[in-house]
Amino acid sequence: MNLLQRVWRSSLGKKYVMALTGAALFLFVVGHLVGNLQVFLGPEAINRYGHFLKTTPEILWPARIGLLTCVGLHIFAAMALVAQNRVARPVAYAKVGAHGATIASRTMIWSGLIILSFIIYHLLHYTLTLPSVNGYGFDFSTLREEEGRHDIFAMIVMGFQKWPVSVFYLIAVGLLCTHLGHGVGSMFQSLGFKNHVWGPRIGGLARTVSVVLFLGYASIPVAVLSGFGGGHLSEVRARIAKRVSEHPVVPGRIEVSHGTNTTGKGK
Amino acid sequence: MKVRLKVWRQKNSGTAGAFQTYETPDLNPNMSFLEMLDVINEQLAGRGEEPIAFDHDCREGICGTCSLVIDGKPHGPHHGIATCQTYMRSFKEGDEIVVEPFRARAFPLIKDLVVSRKAFDTIMQAGGFITVRAGSPPDANAILVPKEDSDLAMDAAQCIGCGACVAACRNASAMLFVAAKVSHLGLLPQGQPERHARVKNMVEAMDAAGFGNCSVTGACEAVCPKSISIDFIARMNRDYAVALLKGDAKESASGAG
Amino acid sequence: MATLNSNIPSGPLTAKWTKHRFESKLVNPASKRKYKVIVIGAGLAGASASATLADLGYQVENFVFHDSPRRAHSIAAQGGINAAKNYQNDGDSVHRLFYDTIKGGDFRAREANVHRLAEVSVQIIDQCAAQGVPFAREYGGLLDNRSFGGAQVSRTFYARGQTGQQLLVGAYSALSRQIGLGGVKSYTHAEMLDLVVVDGHAKGVIVRNLQTGEITRHGADAIVLATGGYGNVFNLSTYARGSNATAIWRAYRRGACLANPCYTQIHPTCIPVSGDYQSKLTLMSESLRNDGRIWVPKKQADRRQPHEIPEDERDYYLERMYRAFGNLAPRDIASRAAKQVCDEGRGVGDTGLGVYLDFSESIQRLGEEKVRERYGNLFSIYQEITAEDAYKTPMRIYPAVHYTMGGLWVDYNLMSNIPGLFVLGEANFSDHGANRLGASALMQGLADGYFVLPGTLSNYLATQKPENRVKTEHAAFREADASVRQSLKRMLERKGKRTPASFHKELGKILWDQCGMARNKAGLEKAIQKTAALREEYDENINVTGDGGEWNQALEQAGRVADFIELGELMCRDALHREESCGGHFREEYQYTAADPETQQGLVNPGDVRRDDERFAYVAAWEYSGTKQAPTLNKEPLVYEEVHMTTRSYK
Repeated sequence: MNLLQRVWRSSLGKKYVMALTGAALFLFVVGHLVGNLQVFLGPEAINRYGHFLKTTPEILWPARIGLLTCVGLHIFAAMALVAQNRVARPVAYAKVGAHGATIASRTMIWSGLIILSFIIYHLLHYTLTLPSVNGYGFDFSTLREEEGRHDIFAMIVMGFQKWPVSVFYLIAVGLLCTHLGHGVGSMFQSLGFKNHVWGPRIGGLARTVSVVLFLGYASIPVAVLSGFGGGHLSEVRARIAKRVSEHPVVPGRIEVSHGTNTTGKGK
Repeated sequence: MKVRLKVWRQKNSGTAGAFQTYETPDLNPNMSFLEMLDVINEQLAGRGEEPIAFDHDCREGICGTCSLVIDGKPHGPHHGIATCQTYMRSFKEGDEIVVEPFRARAFPLIKDLVVSRKAFDTIMQAGGFITVRAGSPPDANAILVPKEDSDLAMDAAQCIGCGACVAACRNASAMLFVAAKVSHLGLLPQGQPERHARVKNMVEAMDAAGFGNCSVTGACEAVCPKSISIDFIARMNRDYAVALLKGDAKESASGAG
Repeated sequence: MATLNSNIPSGPLTAKWTKHRFESKLVNPASKRKYKVIVIGAGLAGASASATLADLGYQVENFVFHDSPRRAHSIAAQGGINAAKNYQNDGDSVHRLFYDTIKGGDFRAREANVHRLAEVSVQIIDQCAAQGVPFAREYGGLLDNRSFGGAQVSRTFYARGQTGQQLLVGAYSALSRQIGLGGVKSYTHAEMLDLVVVDGHAKGVIVRNLQTGEITRHGADAIVLATGGYGNVFNLSTYARGSNATAIWRAYRRGACLANPCYTQIHPTCIPVSGDYQSKLTLMSESLRNDGRIWVPKKQADRRQPHEIPEDERDYYLERMYRAFGNLAPRDIASRAAKQVCDEGRGVGDTGLGVYLDFSESIQRLGEEKVRERYGNLFSIYQEITAEDAYKTPMRIYPAVHYTMGGLWVDYNLMSNIPGLFVLGEANFSDHGANRLGASALMQGLADGYFVLPGTLSNYLATQKPENRVKTEHAAFREADASVRQSLKRMLERKGKRTPASFHKELGKILWDQCGMARNKAGLEKAIQKTAALREEYDENINVTGDGGEWNQALEQAGRVADFIELGELMCRDALHREESCGGHFREEYQYTAADPETQQGLVNPGDVRRDDERFAYVAAWEYSGTKQAPTLNKEPLVYEEVHMTTRSYK
């Protein structure tokens, strides 16, 4: 049996896969937050950051492929484990006790699945900028600065101004927080980097980090719903209105016409 | 005191089981839970009914024979003890107590509350030992063992092989049992030569027996009558990873004549 | 009459074992795999023997009635295991351990066996440490020792309060290894119900599978019984509920002699009986007597709470009666004294069968923290069982049956008088005489299994031809098989009124009252009649529910109880015939009085056991003579070549 087969076939091996992919995804979650928080530095910072990423495919694509692989493996291993676990107890107890297990630890698969559905939505919403999912009906990628850069700042603000989107986002990052609160500690456990000295510290640290992540992520929609970025959006609206009035093309149902986009999306 | 018992009755693995309710006679609160079952069984036998089958032996919390899930918790309501050390004073007059067998695919039911825990023996046979022939060891004090290692090994070695960890785990995982065994021997200098082969063989035997996986919920540690820590599972995970990376031993050439 | 040849090698005591091994026949390595050995039991003795014999190359089959070969009651031993390592440099030696054990056994053990035990004790520790038994260590990494059981040296090795469990796990892991390698075939939930004797040699067993009820025959070149002691004959004891005498009793009924059955050990510090429902007595380590003071009220039936009884109304009876040893008097003496004060009506607790073990003075002197550090786990066990806090109120303790020194008769090779039948550990009679010292039982079990039997078995096997091994279709197998089926059928079909447990309880009471801590002629004669009558009632009135072809705990128990009743009668006969007191066997008629010269010289106290070496310096090996027949008494004289039998004095 070669090493990979052996890893995959053993219960511990699948946990290694969970832990290693989980670790990569956790790092992404941290990095993504750091990137997103630039929204508070104003449109220039975050738009420049977005532009940098989109115009550097040698970073963007390996990262995307890597992340997708991690997500795929993480889910695949989780499903395999869950399937085995179900089989391992064919007859359920009439009376079930938790025995000190936290809710987070007992609901990893559910928090994971909800987070997965959120990720899909999130990608459609902000990455693929599907008009049908953002509540406005137009393509967010058409939001442009004057020099043609994608106006990510405006996209974020507009996106979160729809309160159902913000609520879904808050629920998802809340679950992500519980998922990581248990998952980050378990990652150390599964890889064996834990003992009686570090065990309690790792557990505490994992929970602290996940709360910090939650606060970080939640701060953006909360700020938007409290009026943050409204000024910039008015400027954008004014600019668009001006452009439309100077080049009256097709009168759109909404403020933004689709035809003005020349740079295309998704670079 | 009197209580009502809801007990799982099942003639054998081939027939269906169901709960049956029994009203106890007046009990002395200083009775152990198993003595209470003895009393019920004497009554049943007196009426010509079959007594409730349950596993027990030493009745002092060390042999690991007794099992039972009492009101959803293996070994009853208290922490760090076995069913045989659970006393009726832990319950209230009129309580309804649900008594179930340990439930796991790897622990097939034999009768009523009795399950087979042979899978644990199979795991031990795969590697839970240090190879040493009687007559060959060096003087016991020739092997120095740092006290902290010895104490930690002892913490792991306390496992009584009762299977409560499996019963409590939502995945019916045997990780705590295997980890305790792997750690006990792996922490000692005597256990080093076979350390990696041991963990590999024991984990593979555990997987083959049909136990579930670890979700790190800590339920096993919470019900363990010897309070064995799940930190030992981390140790096993690490040892197993190293063992996988090291690979199997090279097939050696046939022994010289 | 059976022939009892002890086969003790000639020559000086210290050279006997070496000489014997040299003179023993051997089986050559290539032939070993042709021999098959059956081992019954997987406690310390059975597991270590099975593993070691398989290591040597024999084909081994191991049978246990438990669900796993790791549950035997060796697991419950708390204190430790003795070995003459002299690691503490405190003057210990093989000879000192030997002498302490012989003296502790009140000069009723076989000298050569005990010396060999002391010799191999040092190898046991090496073996167990190498297996990974986590013995307590000092900071430098060396093994730690403590003193135990009244010894004057620190020779006891221990693993927290779980020495028995750790040693058993060691032996079980060695056994598991051999099961994995195919050297041992392990049968669990398999209870031996008969011994098959072919042409006078033990050649097989009949076994019932407890899960399926299937009865099977198993043949081998030698049979090893390592099935433990018979203390559950008293019903209430510190033994596991499942511990039973069925294997040795069925061997007895097939002709093996049972030696000194009346030698039973009553441990002084157990938690008292709290009610009629009780199934088990729990031992509290003897070490508690180092700091606790034992007392009862001076007045009879004093129902006051202990703290309400003023100092001058308390009787610290051990300190009063045994000034030199006080609360540390030997087990048998402390037990008998407790019984005496309770018989006087001064016992404490609801039942009046208990004495106080009081720590208040130690707590005052050392502080609660220090006491907690020394005995914390014992105090919490006590609290679990009794719901009383021993830091606040004195513990209540009472003696309980703990060990049986008697067992099947064996020679120096550990072979019984039936050739081919070997008996190890507590199941044999050989090493502890009339009283066992603390931390010696673990030592004997492992000595027998790891070192003695592997060295002596070949003596017998070399005389056997494995190719001529009888088939299990042989008439002797058929007869044994049929008789097992017949007796199970009788029990199941009787459908009387009484459960096996009720017979066991009644038997226990008879024996505890008449053949317990103190025995006398009239009581023993009465007990013989009562047990015989109980056996007859059993045949008429036993009620076993369920049927034989399935898991049936009532049926298991019924068979064991029937054997216990018969064994109980034999115990009383042995106790009656032994008109002396020695060690755990105390006949009220034979005790020192104030007028005796030994008492006046200050060697003993009035009330101490009084041996009669003129008449009773022998092993009483009882031989079965048929149902309802009085058994035949065979005697093996105890010849002491080096040690002089003296008055056992602990003053």
